Amino acid sequence: MIKVLKAGISSSIQDLGRTSFREFGVPVAGSMDLYSSKLANALLGNADSDAVLEMALIGTKLQFLVPTQIAITGANMSPTLNGQAIANNQLYAIESEDILTFSASKNGLHTYLAVKGGFNTDVLLGSRSYYSGITPQSVIKNGDVLKIYTFSTEGNFEKQYSKLKPFNFSSEVLNVFLGPEFSLLSTQQKDQLFNSSFKVSNLYNRMAYQLLPQIENDLPSILTGPVLPGTVQLTPSGGLIVLMRDCQTTGGYPRVLQLSESSINLLAQKKENDTVVFNFID
Amino acid sequence: MKFQLKYSRFGERSILIEWPSKIDESILSDIINYKQYLQNKLVKLKVEIVSTYNSILVSYNFTIENINDKISDLKEAYLQIDTSKQRSSTLWEIPVCYHDEFGIDLENLSSAKSLSKSEIIYLHSQQIYTVYFVGFLPGFLYLGGLDKSLHINRKSTPHLNIKKGAVGIGGNQTGIYPQNSPGGWHIIGQSPIDFFDPKSDCICFAKAGDKIRFKAISKFEYLRISEEVKQGIFKLKSSSYD
Repeated sequence: MIKVLKAGISSSIQDLGRTSFREFGVPVAGSMDLYSSKLANALLGNADSDAVLEMALIGTKLQFLVPTQIAITGANMSPTLNGQAIANNQLYAIESEDILTFSASKNGLHTYLAVKGGFNTDVLLGSRSYYSGITPQSVIKNGDVLKIYTFSTEGNFEKQYSKLKPFNFSSEVLNVFLGPEFSLLSTQQKDQLFNSSFKVSNLYNRMAYQLLPQIENDLPSILTGPVLPGTVQLTPSGGLIVLMRDCQTTGGYPRVLQLSESSINLLAQKKENDTVVFNFID
Repeated sequence: MKFQLKYSRFGERSILIEWPSKIDESILSDIINYKQYLQNKLVKLKVEIVSTYNSILVSYNFTIENINDKISDLKEAYLQIDTSKQRSSTLWEIPVCYHDEFGIDLENLSSAKSLSKSEIIYLHSQQIYTVYFVGFLPGFLYLGGLDKSLHINRKSTPHLNIKKGAVGIGGNQTGIYPQNSPGGWHIIGQSPIDFFDPKSDCICFAKAGDKIRFKAISKFEYLRISEEVKQGIFKLKSSSYD
């Protein structure tokens, strides 16, 4: 078990998300940067699907109540273990009573903490991913006690071989497919999408990222249709909204682009004022 | 009836299949048949299928390497569907309390549409609605069939916190908020039942193709049903509908 001394800004338990309930309107959820959460699990020899703690912007202060092993990946939140600096992408042994502290993210946005065997919070609809209306909480709170799987500390303690390399999220390039309504755009709009850069606005969260500047637009709404994490919507007022892991299952704005899976992970490491450009792949 | 469908890649793992862009019962029926056929055929592949008014989204759990092959398979499947099969659907009776305490926008709606409150309640509850799909929020039903005289633009200033169970009207649609949420619809009543329960075997009782009718109930009945729902003993009335 892990006691939450400070919950951070937006910290939640996440895994690969819920993939079989979208037809009931249930969002996929899951780790914003799936690559980094899988890496954290891989370093410990966990399964991809094991639940991790996701933190955004400012991390948590945690007290371990049982021994375990941990790995930290994603954004660098200058983690310390009992006051000593520790590094991302490494394995650490944890003793009962140890205190793990994260600060503000220096590069990137989302940091992942995996524990050996994974977090053991309640499974709802096949996933532990927090989502308001499905799990009792949407974020963790001060004083929460998070269940984890425990394992014997005797025996092997070595970093698992992982084919995954740490995620370099300095790139600004988001690879995209054309969306269902892309063909309705004017030549000028298409040109703007592919030949100019955009900045992440101050409106970004697990549900969506709004980009700036707006582009001129007179396309009306569409008959509500399916959307996915990574769908780029164009609002009637010209706003570009990139849907993320907690997005609704359907939407009524024209879907002009669709991010590749790895570009969703990349965008999940961007924050306000970061620059992105769209690159068409096929 | 077979339609001319449009198949296109939607990102790395999905294919979007589109019918003509309109709200239409014959399109819905075709979508449901196709969706069921695909769900049975692709069950082993862990494929996820979402449908809306005029589209089906087929999402694989891997990157599609050869998009043309996958599209041919889907087209082939469409030709295999037996369209003569009669589908039976379920008609659900949804209790709604249109008391002023809950119908916070009834007064405004009444003056905007020059209809008395009881006329609005009558028009809203005598209709049989079709469930087109579930989306927006877990358990939110997209319903077709709202009487034209009740169509009204969404509110210019949305409500910041609409209560779970609130029944609203927005544009040409009516629906029930399955959880607390901000929203721009005009709220005319409140249903005491759950539209989504992640802990139940049947997380959302209604599905695309089902029918809904609203039954006006008193505040007393509302409180009684709320209590029964809380205790887990309330049973929703339903009948088969052809």
